[in-house]
Amino acid sequence: MEILVCVRRVPDTSENEIQLNPAGNDIERDDLVYSINEPDNYAVEEALQMVAKAGGSVTVVTVGGDDDEEVLRREMAMGANRGVLLSDEAFDGSDGKGIATVLKAFVQKGHYDLILTGVQAEDGGAQVGGMLAAMLDYPFASLVNSIVVDGGKLKVSREIEGGNKEMNEIDLPCVLSIQTGINEPRYVGMRGIRQVASVEVPTFGASDLGVDASAVGDAGAKVKRMDYFMPALGKGAEMLQGDRGEVIAKLIELMKAKGGLN
Amino acid sequence: MARIFAYIVHKGGIADDSAAELAAAAKKIDAAASPVAVVTGWGAELDAVCETLRGSYAEVWKIANQALVYPNAELVRKALLNVLPHDGIVLVSHAHFGIDLSPGLAIKMNSAFVSDVLGIEGAEGANLKLVRQEFGGQVSAHVRCDASSGAVLNLRPGAFNPQEGAPINGVIVDKSAEVGALTAGRRYLETVVAEAGDVDITKHAVLVSVGRGIQEKDNIAIAEELADALGAAVSCSRPVVDAKWLPKSRQVGSSGKTVKPKIYMACGISGSFQHLAGLKGSPFIVAINKNPKAPIFQVADVGIVADILEFLPELTSKIRETKQVSA
Amino acid sequence: MVEGIQSPAQVTYWLMTGRSLFVVLNLLGLACFFYIVSKRMTPLIRGERDWRFDRPLVRLERVLQFWLGQWKHPRYRTAGIMHILFFAGFIILATQAFSLLILGIAGNFVLPGSSGEIGHIYDIVKDYAATIVFLCMIVAAVRRIVFKPARYAVPARYGKGHPVDAIFLLALIALLMASESLFEASKAAFQTQQGQPVEFLAALSLPWMLKNVLISTPLPTLQTLHLGAYFVDVLTFYFLLCYRPFGIQFHVETSLFNVYFAKLDRGTVKPVRWGVTDEHLDQVKSFGVKTFEDFTWKHMLDFYSCADCGRCSEQCPANAVGRPLSPRFITIKARDYSFQHYPMFGSAGNGTPLIGGIYSEDEIWSCTTCGACEEECPLLIQYIDKIVDLRRGMVDDGNVPQSLQKPLKALESRGNPYGKMEKKRAEWTKSKEFSQTCAVKTVDGKSNADTLYFVDSITSYDDRMQSIGRATARILDAAGVNFGILGAAEKDSGHDARRFGEETLFMALRDHNVDAIKASGVQHIVTSDPHAYNALKHDYKDVPPVEHISQVICREVKSGNLKLDPVENADSVYAYHDPCYLGRHNQVYDDPRDVLDAIPGLKRVEMDRCRDRSFCCGGGGLMLFYEPKEDQRMGVKRVQMAAEAGANVIVTACPFCMVNIEDAIKVAGLEGKMTAIDLAELVDKQLVRPAPAQLGHDKLTSDVLA
Repeated sequence: MEILVCVRRVPDTSENEIQLNPAGNDIERDDLVYSINEPDNYAVEEALQMVAKAGGSVTVVTVGGDDDEEVLRREMAMGANRGVLLSDEAFDGSDGKGIATVLKAFVQKGHYDLILTGVQAEDGGAQVGGMLAAMLDYPFASLVNSIVVDGGKLKVSREIEGGNKEMNEIDLPCVLSIQTGINEPRYVGMRGIRQVASVEVPTFGASDLGVDASAVGDAGAKVKRMDYFMPALGKGAEMLQGDRGEVIAKLIELMKAKGGLN
Repeated sequence: MARIFAYIVHKGGIADDSAAELAAAAKKIDAAASPVAVVTGWGAELDAVCETLRGSYAEVWKIANQALVYPNAELVRKALLNVLPHDGIVLVSHAHFGIDLSPGLAIKMNSAFVSDVLGIEGAEGANLKLVRQEFGGQVSAHVRCDASSGAVLNLRPGAFNPQEGAPINGVIVDKSAEVGALTAGRRYLETVVAEAGDVDITKHAVLVSVGRGIQEKDNIAIAEELADALGAAVSCSRPVVDAKWLPKSRQVGSSGKTVKPKIYMACGISGSFQHLAGLKGSPFIVAINKNPKAPIFQVADVGIVADILEFLPELTSKIRETKQVSA
Repeated sequence: MVEGIQSPAQVTYWLMTGRSLFVVLNLLGLACFFYIVSKRMTPLIRGERDWRFDRPLVRLERVLQFWLGQWKHPRYRTAGIMHILFFAGFIILATQAFSLLILGIAGNFVLPGSSGEIGHIYDIVKDYAATIVFLCMIVAAVRRIVFKPARYAVPARYGKGHPVDAIFLLALIALLMASESLFEASKAAFQTQQGQPVEFLAALSLPWMLKNVLISTPLPTLQTLHLGAYFVDVLTFYFLLCYRPFGIQFHVETSLFNVYFAKLDRGTVKPVRWGVTDEHLDQVKSFGVKTFEDFTWKHMLDFYSCADCGRCSEQCPANAVGRPLSPRFITIKARDYSFQHYPMFGSAGNGTPLIGGIYSEDEIWSCTTCGACEEECPLLIQYIDKIVDLRRGMVDDGNVPQSLQKPLKALESRGNPYGKMEKKRAEWTKSKEFSQTCAVKTVDGKSNADTLYFVDSITSYDDRMQSIGRATARILDAAGVNFGILGAAEKDSGHDARRFGEETLFMALRDHNVDAIKASGVQHIVTSDPHAYNALKHDYKDVPPVEHISQVICREVKSGNLKLDPVENADSVYAYHDPCYLGRHNQVYDDPRDVLDAIPGLKRVEMDRCRDRSFCCGGGGLMLFYEPKEDQRMGVKRVQMAAEAGANVIVTACPFCMVNIEDAIKVAGLEGKMTAIDLAELVDKQLVRPAPAQLGHDKLTSDVLA
């Protein structure tokens, strides 16, 4: 089974404090630690497990620049057979559709049975997978938390409300967006990354892919972020201050009033 | 201004709460707009939903087709592509169905798509001025969407306050005939219901909820003690379930349970919207968190900056004392 | 003329003379033994290299202390004394055994030099030796059958024990002693009856008693007994010789070598591969131990040398709290694996994965590397190196529990396992109250200091542990030490990344820190963190000498430079808990105790398990993130031990111990009845600080910190 996993390098939200930069037009990026988008990592692990059982290979691809190569290498250190960078100035400023357009062009240059993305990235878009599927006319399922290969089809379950699972059968080739928790990703250590440090990562630009520059990048984007700002702190919570005893006494009083202490 | 359509999700003949929220959002795009509710499904349940929506939407487009008895986004998308004009603005609730449906719908309609919108500041011609969040809710962003050839917007549940208005007498328009053949490369099989846990958190009036801040499985006992003193149950956010410290049946959130307690104690929970999406009915929210900047303090009624590992045991013993005195 | 008793060599058995027969028997027995030993050597030849041929004099000294001197045995008194007795017995009887064998070939063989006084004394001694060994065997058998010491028991999940085998071997040794004694006794009885000169038998020894029993037995019977006893003796001897390599008794042969080649350097971890420097590690295809053949020959020898005594597992804190780790079975399972896969006949197998086979992942991750097992083992079998090697193998395969992946990743990207920002590493020095009384400088090339206070991650970032950092800084200040910290330039020491198998990450952290330390120009290093202490002392090369704060305080108090106020609370009873990496691994036991004893009026008690028998608090570094399957927390057991000793304050000298113990006090329900304090915090509290006028300099030293 030939599997393509679309990955993304993002600031690691758990290890970073996100703040606005002094100019106010972006977040402060100096001290940020970047890593692979967590759901994408689960997707790669899932692909590796599927290929270990059914044979085939795993390709990881990202749309970005030189900095983004490091996540490709990390996933290759994890076991992906090939990493590909899609990079071109023309791609800068792409919205979700732009990214999906570039990926679609790459997909059509090869032959993949299955395309995986993570369910969403740091911008909470949760869109590239669905868009890519529509562009390719492949069936799509989002929030996938289990995959079973069944002949030439897949049985996938989707995470819906209440912890319930929606079981679906889906034809190949298809696109799936993968939810965290689907598996336990293997560890990738520094040594593994060093070992793939010199493996070649081919890079393709707009002309290699046959992508029309006006359809992608800032030029083709219909959705553009204008700025970042800190949300105006609304009324918010009544913060209880003072020494521990006072705070607890006040809290108990409030909870009693709301009928919580019976 | 383009027509605004609101796709309404429903279950068991009851329209989702987001129906009213989408209507309110439509008004923010265009105060004069009269959004059309669009519903797919089959049979008596679909009819019941359309009937309900008639009271808040001037027009309800009913799309009945046996293939749509279960909402399979792949089939719904095909139906909508045949029924809806491709240059309209389509509003969908940003939940598991909307995530499945909308990106592909936008592409097929050649419309713009914006996900997880939590604020609409207006429109400048065909450009919509929207508000989103990034980085797990740590920053907000203004986003401009060129809706000149249509737009699909996924709206964050709970972000748009339904407006109380006088009930209206809307019309139901049956669009079923325009649907055409419905087949897709994805077929719904069944829904596997989550195992009922030992505790049904949806039935408790007071919940002591723990998040990442509880740090270790063994510390959950601290929350159990407090719950015991309060006659409450322990619930949690997603990271606690991912780490396997509590079963899925205890999770509050968009992929967990929806709860309507009187008092909700969010202990060491940052307050991501997916978690808060599981809280309905305006409970009294007490937030205790080490990080004074945690988003939870925005939505809580009472906030305390403290380490829950220290605070909760003290609170527990004080509550026990209080109960003894009054007993 | 009356004939003397015939020696075995002279007699004709069926078609062979005794001489020929016993030549054949001896040759067969030896050939069998050498064949078996060569088969046992096969995996060792396939095993990884291990450099154990250095420092021969030191090694010989240890052989004298631990092998000949049985140094560790008395730690378990009854079994220990017994073992010393019959070990001594075997050593003494070695010459006798040799002579006996030769007797079958050269009838009147007498060992050169043994006919005179020395020979006479030896005869007495050997008789008693045989008697004592015989009695020990009986006592040992009774102990096993009747008293059943707990540590011999085999929990079901580890398979069946071999209790019958153990008794069988004890019985065989007893038989050997008996047959030898009978051989002597029958001859002596014969000679007595014949009025011939009798070989001397020591009074009340086993041969002596047997002689008296046989004193009237008819001569032909005595002759038969004499020859029969010899046969039994030779056969038993060779049976034992060839049987020992199939079980725990192999330690009889291997123990000398195992002790000689034992690890010399405490606190260190073996390199990934001996002889491969860090720069060339890229060329090593696979890190760590994944299959049996990845173990070094010495580790395989360890497996052979285990006597299955269970002392290691009895001391193991992980075992005590129900984690799936029992050091004894790490060894026994590996030994059984090697016996199975390297059989006497048939081809040797190799290459099956150990993890998922004889070992489970949790078993290997459960180890806190406290070293109690190694400290206890009388054969000097090592465990930590093996556990680390097995972990290296799992890390290499990406098989790391999710709970550990996060801190490892944070170590890589942020230099600390909490994922906190590098620039906040020195924030603990900036808290308002503290910075007013004690200015901590950063050695960044601008300000000079001759001593580096290496703070390490937990003391830098953990809200509670920062107080240890502040206390340490104030103490160094009061002692007049010109010190500084690396601040944001400091990264985690990497001590536990290494012991959890992430060697590459460790090397990156170490190299970064070594560069920063060298650039700082300091001559000494002080730390309040025993893990950092161990790393700087043993894992890091080319750095200035390092001390733990307890050693500094001890010296300064003894010299009178630091003075301590008396304790305020007369009801406080203090117990010192030895941190594993300060105590057992680095043998700093007395300095912290001397410091406590220097506080006037301080009442101190010792827990039963103290010093090198200290019971691990639960583990530090990455162990704080791991979620083990256990019945109880180690820390809870430890605070219960302190309570049992009559203490209500536990003093420790390690921030990780502090985390575990404070937590355990809550979990054990001892809040209000037991408190914990770090040695530095306690000293800081008790320090006599002169009034500012007396000091004559402008730094505020008044005790603002109540």
